[in-house]
Amino acid sequence: MRLNLTVNGKLYETDEVWEGESLLHTLRERLGLPGSKNACEQGECGSCTVYLDDVPVCSCMVAAGQAEGCSVRTVEGLADGERLDTVQQSFLDAGAVQCGFCTPGLLVQAHDLIERNPEPTDAEIRESLAGNLCRCTGYEKIMDAVRLAAQRKAVS
Amino acid sequence: MSAHVNAPSRTSQDLSESITGGVGESPSRPDGNLKVRGDYAYSSDLGAEDMLWGATLRSPHPYARITGIDVGPALAHPGVYAVLTHEDVPGDNRYGLKIVDQPVLAEDVVRFRGEPVALVAADDPETARRALELIAVDYQVLEPVTDPKRAAHDPALPKLHPDSGCENNLVRYQPIVRGRQDVRADVVVSGTYTLGMQDQAFLGPESGLAIPAEDGGVEVFLATQDLHSDRKQTARALGLPPDKVRMTMSGVGGAFGGREDLSIQAHVCMLAMHTGKPVKMVYNREESFYGHVHRHPAEMYFEHGATRDGELVYVKARMYFDGGAYASKTPVVVGNATTLGTGPYEVPNVDIAGWGVYTNNPPCGAMRGLGAVQPAFAYEAQMDKLARALDMDPVELRQRNAVEQGSVLHTGQQLDYPAPVGELLERARKLPMPPERDPAAEPDIRDLPGGAANTTHGEDIARGVGYAAIIKNVSYAEGADDYSTARASLQAVGGEAVAMVHTAAAEVGQGLVTVQQQIARTELGVERVNIHPNDTSVGEAGSSSASRQTYITGGAVKAACEAVRETLFERAAAKLGHTPPDLAVVDGKLVSDSHGVLADVVEILGDEVIECTREYHHRPTYPLDPETGQSELVHVQHAFSVHRAVVDVDTQLGLVKVVALDCVQDVGKAVNPDAIVGQIQGGATQGMGLAVMEEIQVSDGLIRNPSFTDYLIPTILDTPPMKVDILERGDPHAPYGVRGVGEPPTISAGPAVLAAIRAATGLDLTHAPAGPDHITGTAG
Ligand code: FES
Ligand code: FES
Repeated sequence: MRLNLTVNGKLYETDEVWEGESLLHTLRERLGLPGSKNACEQGECGSCTVYLDDVPVCSCMVAAGQAEGCSVRTVEGLADGERLDTVQQSFLDAGAVQCGFCTPGLLVQAHDLIERNPEPTDAEIRESLAGNLCRCTGYEKIMDAVRLAAQRKAVS
Repeated sequence: MSAHVNAPSRTSQDLSESITGGVGESPSRPDGNLKVRGDYAYSSDLGAEDMLWGATLRSPHPYARITGIDVGPALAHPGVYAVLTHEDVPGDNRYGLKIVDQPVLAEDVVRFRGEPVALVAADDPETARRALELIAVDYQVLEPVTDPKRAAHDPALPKLHPDSGCENNLVRYQPIVRGRQDVRADVVVSGTYTLGMQDQAFLGPESGLAIPAEDGGVEVFLATQDLHSDRKQTARALGLPPDKVRMTMSGVGGAFGGREDLSIQAHVCMLAMHTGKPVKMVYNREESFYGHVHRHPAEMYFEHGATRDGELVYVKARMYFDGGAYASKTPVVVGNATTLGTGPYEVPNVDIAGWGVYTNNPPCGAMRGLGAVQPAFAYEAQMDKLARALDMDPVELRQRNAVEQGSVLHTGQQLDYPAPVGELLERARKLPMPPERDPAAEPDIRDLPGGAANTTHGEDIARGVGYAAIIKNVSYAEGADDYSTARASLQAVGGEAVAMVHTAAAEVGQGLVTVQQQIARTELGVERVNIHPNDTSVGEAGSSSASRQTYITGGAVKAACEAVRETLFERAAAKLGHTPPDLAVVDGKLVSDSHGVLADVVEILGDEVIECTREYHHRPTYPLDPETGQSELVHVQHAFSVHRAVVDVDTQLGLVKVVALDCVQDVGKAVNPDAIVGQIQGGATQGMGLAVMEEIQVSDGLIRNPSFTDYLIPTILDTPPMKVDILERGDPHAPYGVRGVGEPPTISAGPAVLAAIRAATGLDLTHAPAGPDHITGTAG
């Protein structure tokens, strides 16, 4: 089938999308945007998190067809050219990135949290990131990164 | 960020820093920018023109004879380019890390549920999956061997590897005896402890891309812990000389031991070479549970005898490790478990034995803390039990028996480096405690066991505190020639001296790329250090495992950089006539205390590149005597850590909330303190997972929970704040004094959490993980 959608501000029109495929598969395999990761394809790990019309979703759980006419923002769309988004820079500075496989999903989720709630408490950060698994860091530096990003956004 | 960031406390140590980002600092990772942009290419992200997709047909039975395979219908399916079986393996259909016992594709028998039987290449992943369903395999199902103890001792069971020459289904038996065997003690405690099978659960699935080359070889892009080990095994299966199999590391989404054995490597190459096209393979999560080895489950009987005032008199232990269908790292697990089985304690009389066996359960092999995790759960439970029997403080009991520099372990090895276990315990005890729960205040239910599930508002909650101290060997042991290779170069680029470091050592997330840069900066006195992609065009580095890379590859990078520096000094002497003996490179300049700045490095270099390749071998180790387990130096180094866990337990529902999990660890020299804290926190979280939730459920040889829905790993809600206190007591035998860091926290965290749950509930809890069913006494 044919699919029209906007990803990171760019319009895509793609044919041959299979009815059974996920938005994640379309992004990764058809649109050349492999930044969103596939670690479970079951909605359990959050590595595939993207904004779908401004709402973070697990893109592995969204049928590609459901995104028809929608606007998608992935990890590749967070930075402003050379300039990293505050959340990205804070993940780097806080040492929240080890293997980095969880990072794209966490960045989108954390970005959304701070947009909605500029001064999240620790409990709110944990609750909001509960759907994003990380096997490397033990989450402490991820907590640091989100606190740092919120602080930086508050002063900027 | 200062208020919130969990900065490590460190013992002070001198190392004059001449340039930023050298050894002892915490520069950020060179791959970080790509990673946060989503532009870092993991092995599952690769693609090539005209690429096919590979898929693997796996055995549905844990033990069966294959009586026929019909690939005809699958091959006839449109879009399918190849269907391969064992008959198509071009070389030797056997591989293995220690013992070469595993078929690339099953021949007449399958030995575990999930064993690869056939391969498909098709133009689309979905087509490949459908073609798998069209392959008809006839199985004659056999009764699986699933009891590891019987596998070790019962000659009536079928031998799963009849050609191995093993007794029964034994892969390795190792006893260690020392001191008197007829001693008695005032106080004796004993117990049998069991440990479930843990999964590495790295997030990046097994994957890779193989491209056939014009010279009849193959280029492979993959995620692994050891390129050369993969290449050796893959070349053997392909019947190619190793230099025709060229491997390059792609982005690795975590490893933790699960990428030491082959997964896709030989398969994806076979498909590429057969079809003459690039082929990509990517496992999904379920297949990943079948596609890599797990941590060995164990059953361990321990008996500790002590004097009335708390001095250990003897330890007796009997440990069984289920290696599953193929040997993988089972021999090393037995070696580590027996040599580390007394814990970080001095014990005069020891009688320990370990058995590692073949069964038809899922194959088990390397996972962080290899062979040291299992006995730690047992000996630390025993130390607490002994403390209770003696009415002694558990930390004090541990301190009284703790090893120190000069101690002799039960293998006969004397610790000729710092072993500050008593100090680690003291510091752990003094770390600030989390605040007590205020029974009067309305609690935030998110802080309680059960969390937002709203299962309690504070009633039936008991708090407990537990400690654990552990010992782990670093690097390969028992006489293995353990080494790594590094190529370092220095040249002038755009008026600046730039270094390059090239090794095959796998960056799996731990930050080895950063460490290599730091070492080169410190040794060469230049700011810019590029890291060449890891590949097999440089000598072996060994595996990113056993907490060894900063030590071994770090040692090789240091040696190669020193050689480059020496060459630079020789050139300087030739150019400048003579140079003073106290010559050094600082900030791109050749300087000496006596003569000040002599020249710019770029001037000396001119157009030339200085390049040196060096190997670093650690001092030799020696095998264990097969009967007594004695060895003058079985391990090149030991590492130690202590965890203190604080938990709240809902005693009615058996739910646990870990409130704090704080660690004190001796790292010898903190090459990159921030990265070390990350390693300790991440490692501890895996240990905590094993203590409270992680277990691959296996019954009748079948995995019952191969998904992240049913195999749970800690989320950010399950994981507490973790303080880290780093001690730096340098090991004089190691480069910069470093001590392996990655594994110890995984080993000490779990036993500390269990100890805390026992303290909260008064229960014995002899199984890890301790789930709600164990805590409420409803476990079957
Ligand atoms: S890949 Fe989508 S949630 Fe795991
Ligand atoms: S950094 Fe590896 S999974 Fe999070």
